[in-house]
Amino acid sequence: MLDQPDGATLVDMSPVDPMAPTEPFGVYVHVPFCTSRCDYCAFATWTDRFHLVNDYLDACVIDAARSLDGAPLATSVFFGGGTPSLLEPDQLAKVLAAVRHADGAEVTVECNPETVDATKLAGYRAAGVTRLSFGVQSMVPAVLASLGRHHDPAAVASAVDAAGRAGFDGEQLGYNVDLIFGAAGESPADWEETLLAVLALDPPPHHVSGYGLTVEPGTPLAHEPDRHPDPDDQADKYLLADQMLSAAGLSWYEISNWARPGAECRHNQLYWDQGEYIGIGCSAHSHRVDAESGSARRWWNVRTPDRYIRLAKSGQRPSAAGEDINPQARLVESLQLALRTRAGVPESSLPGWDEDPVLPELVTPAGSGRLVLTTNGRLLANEVAIRLVPAPCDSVENEVENLRLSS
Amino acid sequence: MVACQRRGLDQNYRRAGRAATPLSELNLENIRNLSIVAHVDHGKSTLSDRVLELTGAVDARDMREQYLDSMDIERERGITIKAQNVRVRWKGHTIHLIDTPGHVDFGYEVSRSLAACEGVVLLIDAAQGIEAQTLTNAYQALEHDLEIVAVLNKIDLPAADPDRYAAEIEKVLGLPADEILRISAKTGAGVADLLDAICERIPPPRGDAAAPLQGLIFDSYYDQYRGVVSAVRVMHGRLVSGERLRFMQAGRTHDVEEIGIRTPASVPVAELGPGEVGYLIAGIKDVGEARSGETVTSAARPAAAALEGYKDPKPMVFCGLYPVEGDDFSNLREALEKLRLNDASVTYEPETSGALGFGFRCGFLGLLHMEIVRERLEREFDLSLIATAPSVEYRAHLTDGSVVEVHNPSEMPEPQKLESIEEPYLQATILTPTEYTGTLMELCQARRGEMVRMEYLSPERLELVYRIPLAEVVMDFFDALKSRTKGYASLDYEPAGWDQADLVKIDVLLNGVPVDAFSAIAHRSAAQEYGRRMTERLRSLIPRQLFDVPIQAAIGGRIIARETVKAKRKDVLAKCYGGDITRKRKLLEKQKEGKKRMKNIGRVEVPQEAFIQALRLEE
Ligand SMILES: Nc1nc2c(ncn2[C@@H]2O[C@H](COP(=O)(O)OP(=O)(O)OP(=O)(O)O)[C@@H](O)[C@H]2O)c(=O)[nH]1
Ligand SMILES: C[S@@+](CC[C@H](N)C(=O)[O-])C[C@H]1O[C@@H](n2cnc3c(N)ncnc32)[C@H](O)[C@@H]1O
Ligand code: SF4
Ligand SMILES: [Mg+2]
Repeated sequence: MLDQPDGATLVDMSPVDPMAPTEPFGVYVHVPFCTSRCDYCAFATWTDRFHLVNDYLDACVIDAARSLDGAPLATSVFFGGGTPSLLEPDQLAKVLAAVRHADGAEVTVECNPETVDATKLAGYRAAGVTRLSFGVQSMVPAVLASLGRHHDPAAVASAVDAAGRAGFDGEQLGYNVDLIFGAAGESPADWEETLLAVLALDPPPHHVSGYGLTVEPGTPLAHEPDRHPDPDDQADKYLLADQMLSAAGLSWYEISNWARPGAECRHNQLYWDQGEYIGIGCSAHSHRVDAESGSARRWWNVRTPDRYIRLAKSGQRPSAAGEDINPQARLVESLQLALRTRAGVPESSLPGWDEDPVLPELVTPAGSGRLVLTTNGRLLANEVAIRLVPAPCDSVENEVENLRLSS
Repeated sequence: MVACQRRGLDQNYRRAGRAATPLSELNLENIRNLSIVAHVDHGKSTLSDRVLELTGAVDARDMREQYLDSMDIERERGITIKAQNVRVRWKGHTIHLIDTPGHVDFGYEVSRSLAACEGVVLLIDAAQGIEAQTLTNAYQALEHDLEIVAVLNKIDLPAADPDRYAAEIEKVLGLPADEILRISAKTGAGVADLLDAICERIPPPRGDAAAPLQGLIFDSYYDQYRGVVSAVRVMHGRLVSGERLRFMQAGRTHDVEEIGIRTPASVPVAELGPGEVGYLIAGIKDVGEARSGETVTSAARPAAAALEGYKDPKPMVFCGLYPVEGDDFSNLREALEKLRLNDASVTYEPETSGALGFGFRCGFLGLLHMEIVRERLEREFDLSLIATAPSVEYRAHLTDGSVVEVHNPSEMPEPQKLESIEEPYLQATILTPTEYTGTLMELCQARRGEMVRMEYLSPERLELVYRIPLAEVVMDFFDALKSRTKGYASLDYEPAGWDQADLVKIDVLLNGVPVDAFSAIAHRSAAQEYGRRMTERLRSLIPRQLFDVPIQAAIGGRIIARETVKAKRKDVLAKCYGGDITRKRKLLEKQKEGKKRMKNIGRVEVPQEAFIQALRLEE
């Protein structure tokens, strides 16, 4: 993996050693089941299809065998949801076994705190899971209720305790906490309390994701304007989170993510680096690059588990649609993604930024000709992103050339 | 519009075969020419329906409500916009009947129609009694020396009180109560008697068939296929198919292509004699050459003089119309050209706005007219338009003695060059139940009105006459009047000259840059309120930018109102949605597109929608 000076993150050009998979390659497994539906959530998940779980996992195994055929060994596997932690360790193990992954691969499972105990987490660990991601959202009961969550702070504490006992207590084996800020009725003090409580967990998280509550079209929340977050309040909360998490040794590395050095999520980093990945399960996304042409293809699977099962079991590809991304579009995308991270973008992609009336407050030089978002800039990342200009076309030519050489 | 009138014609020609009643050698004595006039909604078009039915002009199975209201927009709104004439037969008589619009904006259609008649049927709603236009209509009829057949309509309504209103009509208009007919245009009760009364009481036309032709054109519209179609009333002489005509005002000659009558189907005839009403097609492409009020005569044997024409109605209200899509400018021009063929009362002139681009300053007869024209442009020509706030025409007297007409706030001369400004006035007549006198006087006073007269028409009904600036009426006077009187008061008005006033131009500035689309001319006493409302409205409409945006209203250099759109602090997609980067990229593309479509006022990006909303009239 190399960061090109022009901002495109490209496939490593060094000769590939088949025994040492230096090229990151990810596999995402979607688990579309939840015990109840949170009214802000737009993910593909169902609360009434538990009878499909085993068929679904079988379908995932079949799909994985087919779609990973000839693919590199996975360097990261991510079980996302939905609520993957509803799976028993043996169920999870069965799917993980079908996903060929490298030794030392990062294997993450998203867990709803109220669904796990020490036995289950030990079972996950034994199956090869290296990282847990807890959907904590808040540590204030009233805020959890406002979000429609069914756990309380005590459930978080005991889930974390169980994680610690199962060995998820350090940098390499550790756990992440997902937080949401800006729920209706959440005061600044509530948010501070959440952050303090999360940092006081034992063992402490090695990684925190903090998401501003987003009103997703089509969700019940979308129809209740009174409960929509206030952007200024969210901005204040973001700044507080950044300050408190940094002070606790978790450094910012992507808009919504902070980690202890070395504990960054490799799987998510893959997305931001425009890396390659295959999605298994309904609604999962995949991305492969065609080294020959320099283009890439992204596609996504059918949305419902029913259809996914039907297609996978009958030997068909479960994809619903996709798009080809030409080299120019890839370049744009790579800048947009890199901008969100601490890697930042090359100065050339924001020509004249230092003359601009606002950009100097939003980006700052980070050495070696790159610009990275300031804290305020992170809050206005879209505004910066739409001002990005990809380098002129000849560098695209170069890239295509490079890709050819590397293949 | 073109399309819908075309449809009407087709239908008419199709029906012509069956309905044809070749009318030759009409005896003048048996002709009756009349207009149905009334306040809005008192039932003119419904009465016309019953007449069409009762005289057998339209088959029962072809009948539909307000048959003569043929434009889509008329049918949707349930109002008449354009007068329509029709010829029917009743007991050996030939009756030409004109259904007229009741709304004050279209009052000129009524006065034109009266010139073609010897009498009017004055309808009065038996549950409402006399209203403002009832008076105007009655006075107009008297001025034209026309016989008035007064008729109380809607006697089927439970709230109808014909005795009371008959007495009122006698007292106010001097029409004997016992001669007032009582009908229901809805059920048809009394309509046959009304037709009899028309034949008895309205005098036949007089005219000399042997004299040189004098025909009065009292309406013209443009048909895509036939060119200009005019409604004509022959005064003297004969209008003969194939003849060469001279249009006396336009000074042009045209050959008659077709003459005919409306039954209401269009039925071609060979000639029209004195007293007859019909239509005329003469291969004319420009309505301007066959204006209402024009006199047609025979080119071979011209009349000595033209008939007394009428003045074109002058636009009273102006606004800028701009295409939402800048590329649509030439389409808008074309649409206005076409629309004007059928509605000569619309005026337009190109204008440029820094904020809205290229458009037209258009003049209208009133707010309803403005609304209808705009709607027709959008519907019939598939345009999407932004209209600036309606304003009136001002006269600016400059220090050098010259006078400038100001149709648009941006045309307002610099204060230092300005000697004085005059604004147009109306004489407004309000009829109201007496209990609302206080609140209406208050309203008129607040709108700078001066009382001219106050008169009790009956113990319960009062007539208030005010001289009031047109600009005040244009705003929301009518709505205020209706809401203060639970809808019981009615309003009519006519132009009443000009007067000097203390008027100021209010500028609206975004981040220090004046935005012409939002500036306005207002009385000094109302300036503060305008400034406050506009700045407040803009604050809620202008999206937050990356910096604070002050919104100011100012007179000259003096700020009279100020709001601020605070800088936005957060605009970021929180999640990467797993590998769904496609969605993320699309959201950003959309945002970028949206930015491109914004209008830049200085450094401030303003979406089109903000202009549209800010300029929308208040409900
Ligand atoms: N009950 C009752 N309703 C009537 C009668 N005549 C008309 N109406 C109703 O009154 C309303 C207005 O009737 P129109 O015939 O459109 O009135 P108009 O005078 O032509 O109206 P404008 O052309 O807009 O001035 C309609 O809803 C009619 O149905 C009647 O005799 N009895
Ligand atoms: C794939 S979701 C599901 C994880 C798990 N089922 C849970 O809810 O705890 C991962 C994270 O996305 C975040 N998330 C989901 N919907 C969101 C929204 N509308 N706005 C902001 N964050 C959201 C939550 O923090 C959640 O933990
Ligand atoms: S937020 Fe998590 S628990 Fe809630 S419905 Fe979505 S996936 Fe399920
Ligand atoms: Mg009508």
